[in-house]
Amino acid sequence: MNEKNIKVLIVDDFATMRKVIRNLLKQVGYEDIVEAEDGVMALKALKSQKIDVIVSDWNMPNMTGLELLKAVRADPELAKTPFLMVTAEALQDNVVAAVKAGVNNYIVKPFTAEVLNEKIKKIMDSINK
Amino acid sequence: MNVKFINPFLEGTISVLKTMAFVEPRAGKPYLKMDSLAKGDISGIIGLTGSATGSLAVSFSEAAILKIVSNMLGENIKSMDGNIKDAVGEITNMISGVARKNLEADGFYIQAAIPTVVSGKNHSIAHVMGGPSLIIPFEIDDGSFVVDVCLAEENSKKK
Repeated sequence: MNEKNIKVLIVDDFATMRKVIRNLLKQVGYEDIVEAEDGVMALKALKSQKIDVIVSDWNMPNMTGLELLKAVRADPELAKTPFLMVTAEALQDNVVAAVKAGVNNYIVKPFTAEVLNEKIKKIMDSINK
Repeated sequence: MNVKFINPFLEGTISVLKTMAFVEPRAGKPYLKMDSLAKGDISGIIGLTGSATGSLAVSFSEAAILKIVSNMLGENIKSMDGNIKDAVGEITNMISGVARKNLEADGFYIQAAIPTVVSGKNHSIAHVMGGPSLIIPFEIDDGSFVVDVCLAEENSKKK
């Protein structure tokens, strides 16, 4: 699957961080990008359009990244949507909780555009097998 | 303050800014700061607890942070707007994350709070443990910034 055809949903409560991730994605060829400022808005976006992969921050008010992941996996229409979790640190307990909840992969800040692309490609390759 | 705290924060700062803002910060000689006056125009501050307790502040000159955030966002930012405040909080958070991971190698397990951001000429930084703090000065082509750390090991605190 070509980057141009992958629709990415960025979920982060900080507008600046959403812009940073959008900028990194653009650098490696992604063009179809939508944003949500928290988990609640992300679920609305997921219900209204076809999203190929979710790139979500862990720490957010209202609904954390983990809660969003659980909500996505619990919804029969959205359950198979690939989910990449963004974290400031790879704490063992958090990683275990995210894996248990069905995360496809996670990425630790700071990260380059290339690493982000690699993680998304790995997820897309594994689900397209 | 233990000198072994210097490298994790120095390396964390360089790693974060190189990766996210595509700049190569040059580190100067660390020194002790006795007062609470910030060395920059805007600072991110984050509390740290665990096997060492204290706080980390990262203070940027206006010129330095405008360049850093412009690079991070891929657009030319000319004024100290909300983007800058958010970015300073996020950069502080990321530096703390990398530094804490580096400190784990020395047996320190430290958790971080949510960063706060303070701005304005001559603003002050209230470190959790009081002063003095360790300053690691940095330069990029467009300006300067400092990493300002005040951290005490749990054992030394109890003495």
